[in-house]
Amino acid sequence: MISLAGRDILHAWGKFVFTGIGLGLLIGVTLTMAGVYRGMVDDGKALLDNSGADLWVVQKDTLGPYAESSSLHDDGWRAIRAMPGVADAANVTYLTMQVRRGDGDVRAMVVGVAAGEPGTPGWPPYLVAGRQITRSHYEAVADIATGFRLGDRIRIRRNHYTVVGLTRRMVSSNGDPMVFIPLKDAQEAQFLKDNDAILQSRRRTAQNPAFDRPGVPGLLDAAIAAQEGNPFVNAVLVRVAPGYTPEQVAEPIRRWKRLTVYTRAQMEGILVGKLIATSAKQIGMFLVILAAVSAAIVAFIIYTLTMDKIREIAVLKLIGTRNRTIAAMILQQALALGAIGFVVGKITATFAAPLFPKYVLLMPADSVAGFLALLAICALASVIAIRMALKVDPAEAIGG
Amino acid sequence: MGGKGIRIEGLRKRYGQGDTAVDALKGVDMHVAPGEVVGLIGPSGSGKSTLLKCLGAVIDPTAGRMVLGEETIYDDGWQVRDLRALRRDKIGFVFQAPYLIPFLDVTDNVALLPMLAGVANAEARARALELLTALDVQHRARAMPSQLSGGEQQRVAIARGLVNRPPVILADEPTAPLDSQRALAVVRILNQMARQYETAIIVVTHDEKIIPTFKRIYHIRDGATHEEAGEGRGFD
Repeated sequence: MISLAGRDILHAWGKFVFTGIGLGLLIGVTLTMAGVYRGMVDDGKALLDNSGADLWVVQKDTLGPYAESSSLHDDGWRAIRAMPGVADAANVTYLTMQVRRGDGDVRAMVVGVAAGEPGTPGWPPYLVAGRQITRSHYEAVADIATGFRLGDRIRIRRNHYTVVGLTRRMVSSNGDPMVFIPLKDAQEAQFLKDNDAILQSRRRTAQNPAFDRPGVPGLLDAAIAAQEGNPFVNAVLVRVAPGYTPEQVAEPIRRWKRLTVYTRAQMEGILVGKLIATSAKQIGMFLVILAAVSAAIVAFIIYTLTMDKIREIAVLKLIGTRNRTIAAMILQQALALGAIGFVVGKITATFAAPLFPKYVLLMPADSVAGFLALLAICALASVIAIRMALKVDPAEAIGG
Repeated sequence: MGGKGIRIEGLRKRYGQGDTAVDALKGVDMHVAPGEVVGLIGPSGSGKSTLLKCLGAVIDPTAGRMVLGEETIYDDGWQVRDLRALRRDKIGFVFQAPYLIPFLDVTDNVALLPMLAGVANAEARARALELLTALDVQHRARAMPSQLSGGEQQRVAIARGLVNRPPVILADEPTAPLDSQRALAVVRILNQMARQYETAIIVVTHDEKIIPTFKRIYHIRDGATHEEAGEGRGFD
């Protein structure tokens, strides 16, 4: 038996191909939207992977340092380092801001990393060019997505930094590229006020009778110094020693240090379940709308194509064609349209993904799921046309 | 193949019920022998199309009897279970317009019917080519319907009607869109095919050009048929 659907498609290939291209662009948008979500999840995982930590120690009862602000004293890491099962511990700060270069600026997450050596938690685990930070101040390692190059002078708050190294795929959970600077610089940058504000603050403190006491020399200077420094960090990153499980190490820190500790799995749950949950819902809504629009388009096209063949369908029924043959013809055409649309959509998404400013991750599993969903949508969309075709009276082929 | 042609006795068709009921056919009697072509003529609303639809098993008669070849297909009720298979295997149709399937080439338009009946593609195409050759359109076998002239399309439609070797062909105004010369050519072909394949052919027509060609004519008026001898001009 010949394929009626195949012959019809070959006969009206232009109509099918151009409709398929239109549908394919829509599917391309759908696949890209799914890729945006996957990219967000992957950015979150990359953030955790690249931190080099097994545990995140943060301010008690917070979801820090990525989902909520968290503040810890910067000397707390020493006590944590001495806990059983801790191989390494390091302070870290995170600050999302506009980093300036020349007249322009780039949105980036500035990461303050503790003095140490490559491999210390928080440090970029690898470089693609240059070297790691070796000085205590004013050097930076930047992700290449910032567009910075080796030797560039960048400005963070009031200080200038020289880019000495470049890394790759070091991003925040929002997809902002990271810029690594020494911890002390980052702590200063977090709470650095402008000169006028500092003067005002000093004058205010000096005028406070509680601090300006003639009988206690040095009290005012000590009070001002305490106000101007920033002895806080956002988290302590902990690497667990071999032979210990993260939970074994986390529990004593929670108990004795009165801090909140997250394992890798918990932190991933916070990032995916809380930080990007709203965005995921938003994208999910878009996907539902796009699926509905795709279904409406396929239904309309197949309905129109079937309407154009109503007389032929009446003739086919009159000469003895089974209903299932006619239904199969319409269904196959809908599926073929979906297949053309998918191929076009996949190609479109593949070429468009790198053009997006944030990471778009097209996963083969999503493509397979998308293809199956599309076939289901096409099958569903062909139901109206099939019902109409099956209702056609073969007597319509006979005039009078 | 053709057996005893088609015989219709007391065929009735009533539309609606009660006071609004309309008797479209009031006891039609007809007989068309194998190899014979008869004309069925009558004014609009006389019941021609209703009769054709009853004969074509697309609507249900109300009463009567129909015998196709050796088989009683209707006797106050359908005697065959699968009307679709009946139409496919035992009744050929030729329409006013050829209504060829536009996305199938000439050969496949003709071969489709045997394929639907389960005949292997190669054999179905061989049968189609044989008929196309008999109808002198074999040179257009690979052409699409849109590439054919009106006369060629109608010949392909006749081939499609004949391809399953049905005992009866119902031709509904087959010459309406054609000029005199082509109309007569179509009737000549129908006569030729009827004889060659022993098929009974009923031609419903208004076409004054071809009425003199029938040897027998059934006039239908107010739902009843009256038989009369035709001139039978030109096709012996």
